[in-house]
Amino acid sequence: METSQSFRDPELARRVAEKIKSLTPNTRTIKICHVCGTHEWTISHFGMRSLLPKNIEVIAGPGCPVCILPASEVDAAIKIAKKGITVTCFGDVLRVPGSRGSLLDAKADGADVRIIYSTSDAVKMAQEEPAKEFVFFAVGFETTAPSTAIEVERKSAENLSFLVSHRIVPPAMELLAKMDDLALDGFIAPGHVSTIIGVEPYAIFPAKYGLPTVVAGFEPLDLLFAVYMIIKQISESKPRLENEYSRGVQWAGNIKAQRLISTAFDVKDGKWRGLGIIPKSTLALKQIYAHYDAIHRHNINLEDGVDSQPGCLCHLVVVGKIKPNACPLFLKACTPQNPVGACMVSIEGTCRVWAKTINLV
Amino acid sequence: MSIIGDKAQVDFGEKVLREVNVTLVDAKVGEYVLVHAGYAIQTMSEKDALETLSLWNEVLEAGRE
Repeated sequence: METSQSFRDPELARRVAEKIKSLTPNTRTIKICHVCGTHEWTISHFGMRSLLPKNIEVIAGPGCPVCILPASEVDAAIKIAKKGITVTCFGDVLRVPGSRGSLLDAKADGADVRIIYSTSDAVKMAQEEPAKEFVFFAVGFETTAPSTAIEVERKSAENLSFLVSHRIVPPAMELLAKMDDLALDGFIAPGHVSTIIGVEPYAIFPAKYGLPTVVAGFEPLDLLFAVYMIIKQISESKPRLENEYSRGVQWAGNIKAQRLISTAFDVKDGKWRGLGIIPKSTLALKQIYAHYDAIHRHNINLEDGVDSQPGCLCHLVVVGKIKPNACPLFLKACTPQNPVGACMVSIEGTCRVWAKTINLV
Repeated sequence: MSIIGDKAQVDFGEKVLREVNVTLVDAKVGEYVLVHAGYAIQTMSEKDALETLSLWNEVLEAGRE
C-alpha cells in the first residue's frame, strides 16, 4: 500500500475503533471538542462519528476563521472597497455576511474586490498596478498570520495595506473549557495552527482544566487515533498533552514564524462572531507598522456590526452547543448557495460541512 | 523543484506546479513541504510519515496479548 493510502486504511481504522470501544466507559457521555474546520470536514466526510461508540460525542468548536469573523470587520472591508480601493481576499471571505450584505454584494455593485489564493498574490497585484491602492483582508488563525507578517515587515508594496483580522486559537479554547454547560472532556487541538505555535500553548488545558488534549493531523486515522489517545487518558484518569501529528508538528512549533508574528503584531482583546470579546485573542499590527494598517491608512471607523441575522443559530453551532441540523434555518432559509449565517459560508464552516455530507447522529 | 531567494517552485503532484514562499522553512530542493495558502510552513519527510504508521501499529499490537 502507498504511504498516503495507509493513512486511510479501513482495516486499521476498524481496529482503532475497536480499541476505542473497549476503553470507553459506558456510564456517561464523553464530549470531545475539536477546533478546526478541516478536522470537521474529515470527520464528516469519512463518516467517522458512526465508527465511535454512541456515548462519545465529537463536537466542532470555533475552528473556522471565516465563521468567527465579526460583521464589523466585513463592514470595514466593504467601506474600503466602496472608497474605490481594490480589496483582495481569500475566496471564502467574499460571501461572509456583514451587517448589510457581503463583499460579494459590494463587488456586484461595482467595487473592485478580487479573490486571491495567497497573500503573495496581493503583493504581486499591487506591484503590477503601482498607481492603484490595494488592501488585503487578512483573515485567518496563526497558520495564516506569518504570511501577513512577512509581507508587512518586508514592506513588499507601498500601495498595499492590510485589514488584519487574525485570531489566535488557544484563548477561544479556554473560553470553551470554562463553559460549564458545554462540559467538555477533552480537546483535539488543530494541526496546522500547531505547526506554527507548537504544542506547549495547550498545556493549560490538561494542567488547569483537567482536559486531555491531543494535537491531530487531518487524515481519518489521525483523528481516530487522537480520539483513542484522549479516551485512553480518560480511562487512566491522567489528562496530559500529546502530539499525534508529529510528522507535521514539532513540539516547539515553527520558531521563525513565531518570531515574525511577535515582531509584526501585538496581542489584543478581540471580538469573535458568536463568542463576543475574548481576552488576548487578536493580532493587531504594531504601531511602527501603522502605515500598513488599512484601518489607519484609509481612515476607517470600525463600528459595532450585526453579527447575527434573525433566526440564525450560528453562535450556538460555533461553540458546539447545537448541531447544525438543530437550527431552524439549516438547509431551509440558509443554504451553501445562499448562506444566512457565517458557518454556512466556508468549506470549513460546520453548517457548510454538514450541508454537504450526511452525519448519522 | 527549484528555489530562488524566498520563492520555490513546488510540485503539488499530477503536474501541478506553483510558486511557494519558503521564508518560514529551511527547505532544500527535493524535500517535501507543507504549504498553507502559498507559504511553506514546515518541511516534511516520508520517514516521519512512516514513523507515524509504525507507531500506530505498535499501539494496536500492544493491546493484543
